[in-house]
Amino acid sequence: MLYREAGQFKTSYLADSAIFPIRQDRIGIALILAIAFVGVPLVATPYFFSAILIPFLILSLAAIGLNILTGYAGQLSLGSAAFMAVGAFASFNFIARIPGIPMLVAFAAGGLVAAAVGIVFGLPSLRIRGFYLAVATLAAQFFIIWFLTKVPWVTNYNASGVITAQPIVILGYRFDSPPAKYLLVLSIVALMALAAKNMTRGNLGRKWMAIRDMDVAAEVIGIPQMRTKLLAFAVSSFYCGVAGALFAYAYLGTVEPEAYNLDLSFRILFMVIIGGVGTILGSFLGSAFIVLTPIVLNTTVTWLDAHTPVHIPASAGSNLEVVVFGVLIIAFLILEPHGLARLWSIGKEKLRLWPFPH
Amino acid sequence: MSFFFEVLIGGLLSGVMYSLVALGFVLIYKASGVFNFAQGTMVFFAALTFVGFTELGLSFWAALPATLAAMVVLGLVIERGVLRPLVNQPQISLFMATIGLAFLLEGLSQLLWGSEVRGLDIGIPDEPIAWISDRFGLNISRFDLSAALIAAVLVIALALFFSRTRIGRALRAVADDHQAALAVGIPLQQIWAIVWGVAGAVALVAGLLWGARNGVQYALTFVALKALPVLMLGGLESIPGAIVGGLIVGASEKLAEVYIGPYVGGGIEGWFPYVLALVVLLFRPEGLFGEKIIRRV
Amino acid sequence: MSEVAPVTATSRPSAPRASARTAGGVILAVDHISLAFGGVKALTDISFDVREHEIRAIIGPNGAGKSSMLNVINGVYRPQHGTITFRGVPRHDVNTHEAAAQGIARTFQNIALFKGMSVLDNIMTGRNLRMKATFVEQALWIGRARNEELANRHKVEEIIDFLEIQHIRRTPVGRLPYGLQKRVELARALAAEPVLLLLDEPMAGMNVEEKQDMCRFILDVNEQYGTTIVLIEHDMGVVMDISDRVVVLDYGKKIGDGVPADVRANQAVIDAYLGVAH
Repeated sequence: MLYREAGQFKTSYLADSAIFPIRQDRIGIALILAIAFVGVPLVATPYFFSAILIPFLILSLAAIGLNILTGYAGQLSLGSAAFMAVGAFASFNFIARIPGIPMLVAFAAGGLVAAAVGIVFGLPSLRIRGFYLAVATLAAQFFIIWFLTKVPWVTNYNASGVITAQPIVILGYRFDSPPAKYLLVLSIVALMALAAKNMTRGNLGRKWMAIRDMDVAAEVIGIPQMRTKLLAFAVSSFYCGVAGALFAYAYLGTVEPEAYNLDLSFRILFMVIIGGVGTILGSFLGSAFIVLTPIVLNTTVTWLDAHTPVHIPASAGSNLEVVVFGVLIIAFLILEPHGLARLWSIGKEKLRLWPFPH
Repeated sequence: MSFFFEVLIGGLLSGVMYSLVALGFVLIYKASGVFNFAQGTMVFFAALTFVGFTELGLSFWAALPATLAAMVVLGLVIERGVLRPLVNQPQISLFMATIGLAFLLEGLSQLLWGSEVRGLDIGIPDEPIAWISDRFGLNISRFDLSAALIAAVLVIALALFFSRTRIGRALRAVADDHQAALAVGIPLQQIWAIVWGVAGAVALVAGLLWGARNGVQYALTFVALKALPVLMLGGLESIPGAIVGGLIVGASEKLAEVYIGPYVGGGIEGWFPYVLALVVLLFRPEGLFGEKIIRRV
Repeated sequence: MSEVAPVTATSRPSAPRASARTAGGVILAVDHISLAFGGVKALTDISFDVREHEIRAIIGPNGAGKSSMLNVINGVYRPQHGTITFRGVPRHDVNTHEAAAQGIARTFQNIALFKGMSVLDNIMTGRNLRMKATFVEQALWIGRARNEELANRHKVEEIIDFLEIQHIRRTPVGRLPYGLQKRVELARALAAEPVLLLLDEPMAGMNVEEKQDMCRFILDVNEQYGTTIVLIEHDMGVVMDISDRVVVLDYGKKIGDGVPADVRANQAVIDAYLGVAH
């Protein structure tokens, strides 16, 4: 009885096109934001910030990026991590080479460089489709990581290839404690998620989905395929680029190509599949799922080892994790192809009827 | 000049082995429209299972049919457990499911057999063939040549199987149109089971050859990453395409590594085939031998 | 040019429709269009014109080249020869989205809706050309982004009312029955407020009731909005009832052109439909 839209009448198209048309949802999101910004910093431990919350938020941003490209515009990409790497390395170079550049400007500029690279690797999508395109995005993955490893200029002639990220300083404040980094990442991710929602709920989102669903028909009603697709590549890569910069500066503390390998690209793809293809909410749910699963697994294995006669060798842990990921992907595709986001809306639908069964 | 030919021939020979891996993809794609990303992991799984059996005390000739049986069973399980529930889903969903499958198999095989690197000896030494060195002054590895011959025989046998036998024709009918194939009485699921079994067998041969060459280890799955540009070059549904694509990728990546690599810091083998394939695709979006896609409204 | 002497729409001897609109000048002229795929000739030297505000039907047996003709008009296919003159501007070929920008909208023989989107979103895409907000405005949901969304939503709701599909506004189109999907596709085309509307078998596969509804909608669109309509249809009853003039194609050649009554009496047309040894 708590979750009902009865009695809430929309009197304008504006109200009807709002992000959260139902009052309870608006209260809910306000609560979540309040908890995220105020509650969590009060109670979370440094481990919780650095090992769970910060990577969760950053990878959510990358998943939003991939979701824009794959979920909305329908162009499957297996190279998201490479665009994250471009963002990280570009930010590093802006900070290292332009003295006094504000950090946030450097991150945004890193995102823009990633967007430019994204457009270049998006160009084949105008001729190549489907699987061929998916494999072509692997070219981006391998080439970009090779480039960042082999060209000394991009690492500022650093011999080891692993660069320590400069500290994050904004307006004289040093973001070096885990809660400070968390709040910074949270603010950026919240704003960019809002922007993504705005883009996808309006004309641009419809154009992307039209291209995804039937590109010839989209052309016939006046949607220019080239510009729309390339814009999707650019926006998606921008999101991945900013996420990559945050990954290096707020999570890893280092800038290194190896952190952005094919495995990370796949994980981001899994977030999108498990979370829900073509939803912004799903990107968050999927990211939480993929970040938490290994942690839960490891804790379980350690607990079993300590408290029961079951002994699982340490090497099995990582293999087990891979197996679980694989099984989950297949299970989600078979049982709930629309991902956690759909489960969420089914749950809400049930809640509307509660306490009555029908 | 003889150095050039050595590189070229070495590249072509390893190209045949790429073809073999690519062939596994083509078989499954032709028959079920599934782009099986897990093919590379199946290669790894096959090699690891074979080594595992020999470590359990089986001889080479006992382990071979045992692994073959395991691969066929694996193929059947995949067909029943992953593909059948996803029938009528968009191709992209099936593709992503096979990525999940790749993860599952990778973890599972190492859970079963352990993750340390194992050697595999199939009795062919990796040494230059004397009479070729004497006569032409070229160093050609006996192993590479034998492996290429085995791969070539298998490729030709499968090509004939596809074009000449009843099952082969049924396979092509299924690939063309599932519904229509069902309507004329082709047992769809039986066909898919056969295809996955054959793909498992191909993975076994590829796994033995590559495992003997590079050691049986996780890195074997990367061989599949080499087969992907082969597929793009040759076209997803073309057996001749897989052969020619493999040769092109094998030869060009070796030549590029030797002649261009030193100028750019080396290590370009990893991406060169992809960029090459990408450039070819820009001119022929369906690959060299792929069927032209006519898009209608 | 044509076998049958052109007759103006206003002076039809046996006008089947009660309200005769005034057809204006030529809005679309098709001149000597030839189209071939490889060696197969789809269209051979086709010429006809369409006047403002009229309903022009293209008929012919299967494979006559009717859909190809529409595809040439809105730029899906590029003809090898000939010109298309739309609103006084001659062109050899055109991009599909440019044709849309010039005011040509169409529906397809096999429904081409965006399956993953709701009815409302599908119809809204029809108005994409009228929404000029940049993606930055859209991301921030300010200025034009928001205003355009609302203004266009008003127009779309008008069309939804007009076609009587209010109840399915939020339904994903993939779940709708065939007849309704056809109607949504018409709605999407109308949302563009086209000058020229191309309908490719709008009534194929419909039952009698659905056909009657669709006829009514087509006539209403034509009358209320003054939209010029070119339609392909197999149901001769419908064609004779609602169209002002008819073009007949057979094997990619034009074999008849005129008001329905004349076309019905044309021997070449009768032969094409009944089958005569060529």
